[in-house]
Amino acid sequence: MTVQEIGTPRRRVEDARLVTGRTRWTDNMQPPGTLYVAFLRSPMAHARINSVNVSAAKSRPNVVAVLTGADFADEQGSLPCAWPVTEDMKHPAHPPMAVDEVRYVGEPVACVVARDRYAAADALEAIDVDYEPLPAVVDMEEALKEGSPLVHEDLGTNKCYTWVFENGDLDAAMRDAPVVIERRYVQQRLIPTAMEPRAVLCVPEGDDFTVYSATQIPHILRLMLATVTGIPEHRLRVVAPDVGGGFGSKLQVYGEEVLCLLLARRLGRPVKWTESRSEGNMAVHHGRDQIQRLRLAADRDGRIRGLKVDLLADMGAYLMLVTPGIPLLGAFMFNGIYKMDAYSFTCTGVFTTKTPTDAYRGAGRPEATFAIERLMDELAAELGLDPIEVRRRNWIRHEEFPYETVAGLTYDSGHYEAATDKALQLFEYDKLRAEQADRRERRDPVQLGIGVSTYTEMCGLAPSRVLGSLSYGAGGWEHASVRVLPSGKVEVVTGSSAHGQGHETAWAQIAADRLGVPFEDVKVLHGDTAVSPKGMDTYGSRSLAVGGVALYGACDKVIDKARKVAAHLLEADENDLEFSGGRFHVKGVAEQGRTLQEVAAAAFAAHDLPEGLEPSLDAEVTYDPDNFSFPHGTHLCAAEVDTETGMVRLRTYVAVDDVGKVVNPLIVEGQVHGGLAQGIAQALYEEAVYDAEGNLTTTTMADYLVPSAADLPEFTTDRTETPATSNPLGVKGVGEAGTIASTPAVVNAIVDALRPYGVRDVPMPCTPERVWRALQGDGAPEGGPQPGAAGGLGSVQGGDAQ
Amino acid sequence: MTRVRVEVDGVTYEDDVEPRLLLVHYLRDRLGKVGTPIGCDTTNCGACTVLLDGVSVKSCSVLAVQADGRQVTTVEGLGIDGTLHPLQRAFHEEHALQCGFCTPGMIMAALDLLRENAAPSDEEIREGLEGNLCRCTGYQNIVRAVRRAAREMRTPAQEREVTS
Amino acid sequence: MIPAAFDYARPTTVEEACAALADAGEDAKVLAGGQSLMPLLRLRLAYPDALIDLDRVEALREIRDEGDALFIGAMATHHQVMRDPLVREHAPLIAKATATVADPAVRHRGTFGGALAHADPAGDLPAVALALDAEFAAVSAERGERRMPAAEFFVDWMTSALEPDEILVGVRVPKLGAGWGVHYEKFHRTAQAWAIVGVACAVRRGQDGVEEARVALTNMGPTPVRATEVERSLQGRAASEDAFKEAAQRAAEGTSPPGDLHGSSEYRAHLARVLTARALTAAAAG
Repeated sequence: MTVQEIGTPRRRVEDARLVTGRTRWTDNMQPPGTLYVAFLRSPMAHARINSVNVSAAKSRPNVVAVLTGADFADEQGSLPCAWPVTEDMKHPAHPPMAVDEVRYVGEPVACVVARDRYAAADALEAIDVDYEPLPAVVDMEEALKEGSPLVHEDLGTNKCYTWVFENGDLDAAMRDAPVVIERRYVQQRLIPTAMEPRAVLCVPEGDDFTVYSATQIPHILRLMLATVTGIPEHRLRVVAPDVGGGFGSKLQVYGEEVLCLLLARRLGRPVKWTESRSEGNMAVHHGRDQIQRLRLAADRDGRIRGLKVDLLADMGAYLMLVTPGIPLLGAFMFNGIYKMDAYSFTCTGVFTTKTPTDAYRGAGRPEATFAIERLMDELAAELGLDPIEVRRRNWIRHEEFPYETVAGLTYDSGHYEAATDKALQLFEYDKLRAEQADRRERRDPVQLGIGVSTYTEMCGLAPSRVLGSLSYGAGGWEHASVRVLPSGKVEVVTGSSAHGQGHETAWAQIAADRLGVPFEDVKVLHGDTAVSPKGMDTYGSRSLAVGGVALYGACDKVIDKARKVAAHLLEADENDLEFSGGRFHVKGVAEQGRTLQEVAAAAFAAHDLPEGLEPSLDAEVTYDPDNFSFPHGTHLCAAEVDTETGMVRLRTYVAVDDVGKVVNPLIVEGQVHGGLAQGIAQALYEEAVYDAEGNLTTTTMADYLVPSAADLPEFTTDRTETPATSNPLGVKGVGEAGTIASTPAVVNAIVDALRPYGVRDVPMPCTPERVWRALQGDGAPEGGPQPGAAGGLGSVQGGDAQ
Repeated sequence: MTRVRVEVDGVTYEDDVEPRLLLVHYLRDRLGKVGTPIGCDTTNCGACTVLLDGVSVKSCSVLAVQADGRQVTTVEGLGIDGTLHPLQRAFHEEHALQCGFCTPGMIMAALDLLRENAAPSDEEIREGLEGNLCRCTGYQNIVRAVRRAAREMRTPAQEREVTS
Repeated sequence: MIPAAFDYARPTTVEEACAALADAGEDAKVLAGGQSLMPLLRLRLAYPDALIDLDRVEALREIRDEGDALFIGAMATHHQVMRDPLVREHAPLIAKATATVADPAVRHRGTFGGALAHADPAGDLPAVALALDAEFAAVSAERGERRMPAAEFFVDWMTSALEPDEILVGVRVPKLGAGWGVHYEKFHRTAQAWAIVGVACAVRRGQDGVEEARVALTNMGPTPVRATEVERSLQGRAASEDAFKEAAQRAAEGTSPPGDLHGSSEYRAHLARVLTARALTAAAAG
């Protein structure tokens, strides 16, 4: 009997602890003697630090230490940026704690270490910092102008880099093009908002240190902490215990992680820091924040000739782990699923006095997908074509795969026709178009719009040689090992570090399926550098497409070894053995066999192994993919827009995704749902807002609007399955698909609803006021937001206090 | 310091606390009841939702002294004796959690919802959970889970009616 | 985030509460349900020396029938108010608006009196109290009880007419008799978010059309405001959608709406007009 685990909607094994509260969040751990850290953060966007007076804070009860940037200056080093995208990229020093100058609101300037959180919080208020204000640099376009104040005076410019990619003759494509669409889109700044705020616990043990952190990247963090602090790598153990979501925000080496480690070393006691949400909104890296200038040339029949992309990408005040590279991940995606003759991409990274940006779910690819999918709708409108039709005329046809794109990638597989047909059917496209026509006819104050998004993304980051060619500082491989224990139970160790994705279930399914053992007999270990010897961690929808494939290979290796042992035990030629259902048997003689468990026991005892074979039944694989994987899909959104108030209500949302072979459909569906919610939130709700002085005005969840269940629609999700040809599992990755696809689908729907009114764009997030203003034919209100007015921090929640 | 006596998940605790100590910090730091996490400062996220004398509250906006003489139920107090509460089971069955950080609060809020409305519509479920934010699931499976648990929790009651 | 230290008193009667407040001095705060005050304390945007916690003053939770009016105790929770049979029958506008406040857990703790005393113009209940001509009862240890109309209670942004030594003990809400329809129209970006604009209205229809209309606006100025021009222009008019729309054109007159992240003042003025028409129409239909 063959065990069919891959493809089964297994309920997750992780849930047992999560639904009962028996969790291991970093903040849950409290070793004896733990001290609590609190950080004082800059209230100024840009200022010179004249002095920091900590004497009053030090004398407060229960305070163990109060330290400033100057105290750390000799040991704190500079936070790493692993992606120097050009040779002449400006790379400013980034001390974990500011010493002379602060460059964004929220930058740490001092810290208190105390017996408990309350004492630490109190002592922060007794620290006196003398700031000399310097001019804030808030607007990217202004920042690049001659004479702009500088974020880093010593660099002499606010320009971090310019990175260019060109393919084909763009001049020829643009010249005499019958249709040219030019647009300027803004990808607003977002705050990732993982539900678990960051937390770090550092425990010193002699010369060794264990760092528990709410991180996505224990392995990378370990190496980087060693590099920054000089503590030898082998003296550091990094553990990512239960981690409450990341979405890129925990793909980082944060100053607080470095500083807590230094404090543990200095004080010789465990130290813990747990972030508050309002602190995190300022200090967790932000995402997106691009200005996109786009020029698309097409023929009258809708065929795209060429695309020119000119980006400004806000780096924020400093370069963090992969800050400069994020927009470049989009460089390969602006062409989307379409064929074109020429393409040019230029990205200029700009320093501003704002929180640094870095990876947020999708990381560069949502921005690119938004641009091309919005442009396709604009092209359709310009030509009077249906937006689906204009896409059909341009997309790579199923029979054309593998296909080398104008951006230089080779898409191995895809079936855009199938996904689109299925989506149209589920959506009842024609019926909704008819309703739209009717509402237009009746001049209904509530108009209906239909938004299309046919996306692809490069994920499964990544072939190491490609990363190398892009100047990324590391490889993109992943490690897995499989050990069959003497009792026949199986332990899987993965270098991929889960924080909600369900590795403990999906990896067990892969191992159970390959090894033919019961699902319950497999345990997956991860997230601890002492347990998982090497890894490249979890981001970029890479876990399954790289880490899962590594596991697949390790299972095969185990089977190969077991086959040798089984053949020896059965006194048969290994080529005569068949392996199915977890048992080896001689072909044609089913009763003559050995189970994997029996083989494991024999390999453990090692009394009688074939010559040259090592005892124990285990294997490991470090897998480096040859190519990225390319999930794709078609998303359709119907939005009702109240033309009197500007309020948008999503009525129908259909997502048909092709993520290749599916290991666990339940997990895949969940990933799509969550991705949709975040992508929709970018379209409608979320924005990190800075005022002209560089103050972040969305520091709490009362102002940074994360949608609730009551704000989101029911989604209809389905799949087509076109296996990836680039890996033996046929998997592609699903973590970011929903986020990448949904933002343009929603905005396209809104604009579609309002086209009869002459509207051709609504800036994100499409707030009721912005929709209303688009209908009035004008732009942003004069003067922008007025901090401190009602609805800000004064008005927190619920109305109730005397 | 104020002396408080609080019953948490069936156990009575007596402690001297500062008046400003938040109930959630009392649970986590003093009692080691870390099943209830903290997700924000402004009562928006609902991760810290517990029942206080049987009704849902956000334990980050209640003082420990206010729980004096009262009963607190956290997610750790559900499904005693190793059996999961129907809501816990339904969250598992319907894949209503990913990272799981919002889950304790979400389950406690759902419990409160079902206490008042044993057969909520999807819309009522969504509105009933409007004070609990999740960043992973898009809520769809949470709605399914609550619907499923509601069904399960209603069934025994009906059976009782039939037999009585 | 963590509140700064404070002294704490937990009275069980109004008298004890007033005495505790008088003793605590100017920098004391009264803690009702705490659903706005606790976040402000945690963010250290408020630093009271002492909190007088009304949580155990059971007498203040009462909602009673006073003949031609209801008296709603200040510590009646939102949850209690929106389900109370007296409120639902005689002050349905309060029940409807309260159901839109925050979320269920917050409504379990948050109180009617607390929400009013907080005097946040973005809160839903101040405009409702204003529309209903509610009367506010405050008590101090020194001067005993005094009453003031809603129009005098809301003084400025987050500022009520309560003296530092006074406690709001309850609100007298005149019953609406037969013929009244009510509606609270709340416009917000997400379910949890504050009203960008809200419209509380009550319309009494007679045979000849509108006999009386009351319209009060949420978040259209530093205090809740009555749209008096709308009310006046509707008197005696037919209760038609067109009439409501026409009258609603004057909804923003005399207001000074704030501009913030969620809406500019110009947009709020526009919303006030649109939402007032909708609220009137819904109220008249109800």
